[in-house]
Amino acid sequence: MQLIADSITHAYGPLPVLKDISFTIAPGEVVAVVGPSGCGKSTLLRILGGLEQPSSGAALVKGAPPPGSLNPLTFVFQDFALLPWRTVAGNVRLALEGHGLAGKAAAAIVADTLARTGLADFADVYPKQLSGGMKQRVGIARALAVKPAVLLMDEPLSALDAQTRTLLMDDLVRLHAEGDLATVYVTHNLDEAVRLADRIVVLSRRPGSIKATFLLDMPRPARSAEDPALVREARRLWDLIRADAAEADRELADAEVADA
Amino acid sequence: MREPATAETGVGARRVAYRGGVFLPETRRAAGATALLALIALWQLASSLGWMSPVFAPSPAEVGEALWRMGVSGELVGHLKASLARLLVGFAIGGTAGVAFGLAVGLSSLVRAPGVTLVSALFPIPKIALLPLFILWFGIGEGSKVATIAFGTFFPTVIATYGAVDNVDRSLVRMGRSFGLSQAAIVWKIIFPGALPGILSGLRIASSIGIVLLVAAEMIGASQGVGALVLSAGNLMQSDRLLAGVVVLSLVGLTLSAFLGLAEKRLLAWR
Repeated sequence: MQLIADSITHAYGPLPVLKDISFTIAPGEVVAVVGPSGCGKSTLLRILGGLEQPSSGAALVKGAPPPGSLNPLTFVFQDFALLPWRTVAGNVRLALEGHGLAGKAAAAIVADTLARTGLADFADVYPKQLSGGMKQRVGIARALAVKPAVLLMDEPLSALDAQTRTLLMDDLVRLHAEGDLATVYVTHNLDEAVRLADRIVVLSRRPGSIKATFLLDMPRPARSAEDPALVREARRLWDLIRADAAEADRELADAEVADA
Repeated sequence: MREPATAETGVGARRVAYRGGVFLPETRRAAGATALLALIALWQLASSLGWMSPVFAPSPAEVGEALWRMGVSGELVGHLKASLARLLVGFAIGGTAGVAFGLAVGLSSLVRAPGVTLVSALFPIPKIALLPLFILWFGIGEGSKVATIAFGTFFPTVIATYGAVDNVDRSLVRMGRSFGLSQAAIVWKIIFPGALPGILSGLRIASSIGIVLLVAAEMIGASQGVGALVLSAGNLMQSDRLLAGVVVLSLVGLTLSAFLGLAEKRLLAWR
């Protein structure tokens, strides 16, 4: 299944946030969307996942999702969005309940997903007992349980400290090496983008429009954070974004509704 | 990287003054109980020494004795039964309706604006002022008392419930939608449990309002009930029985709040 951004333009009231965004996510492709803060990249992701309606243009899908996919477009949220009153297993089960799965069938998928993501020992634990990194692992497990065709990740590591972020990034690289899991990965962290993406879409500052697109053809498992080639790519991206980021930084905060 | 030298204490080194500990009260349970016992002991002492008239301020021992006599004769059970029935039925009606209406106000734009306006307009009315009207509608018997309690507990419950619904993290609702949960599933699996802490604390406030209204209603028109007991004891200048009734009311309040506390503990174990 392909996910397509078809000339998406969006405004919150009088405030334009996205301008004419078009690109296609091919099956199995990892596309990172980077840009300065407030450029509308999270809004773009929500539009792609059907959580928001664009002012004009549309999010399209083409082709059938892979067999067995319950929730073709599945989010991983920056703030984890776990239900604090449900255990880890209960949170993963919630995603299945949305698709009419309950009882033994659901329990089997939950157990299988938790085992696959290294969370089996934490099944009966409540989110508040978990570190931020483990919470996001639960968020990722919940997303995997419904077998997405495209994973929509909204700054999934931004709420984590630098060390945890490194550990989770390793997890994500491994996960994407295991199977072709198409992903839209929104981030402001350029190192994350070059580590994971097949393609990087760079947005300008608000209203966000596509400023450049890069292809990274290095095999993902071989990339390490210290790889000079990757460092160079990140540097190149930063040179492209820097001026926009500096300007965005000086913008008044009351215009920030756009990315809230 | 090399390891630096360790601390160089010596002449001239002074300890940094600790200035972190202020206004960090600890809860010392024993001290609480002691304060209560000391108050009762002082009261008893003042009565025994004749500082206080037994008619206007009977001693704790006399109050205890009155309580015992009423308990043994079965009088207390009768009053308590009547009061508890009114309180529980009224609170059950007011609380249930309050939670239901509060959810509607919190969830539906159709109900919200009219609902909030009506609640804001009616909430500040002292509900006991409506008792005469309720007596006209439902008669002098149980109906008017239950209605007063139901009406009085309804409003704080509505306000607490819709406030709690408003406070449920919108990102959780969005998450539910993104995983294909139906609207009903989002209400029962995300919004209601998320609002439950606020709902329960609203019910706690409503229950104490309920007791106030219970007593007031029983003082206006009842022969049975703890409120009636307190009033008639006062009319007969039986201040020991009067205070015994007050003690019973305090125990009713404590018991109710203990039950709600237990419910909170069980339902909100995840906190």
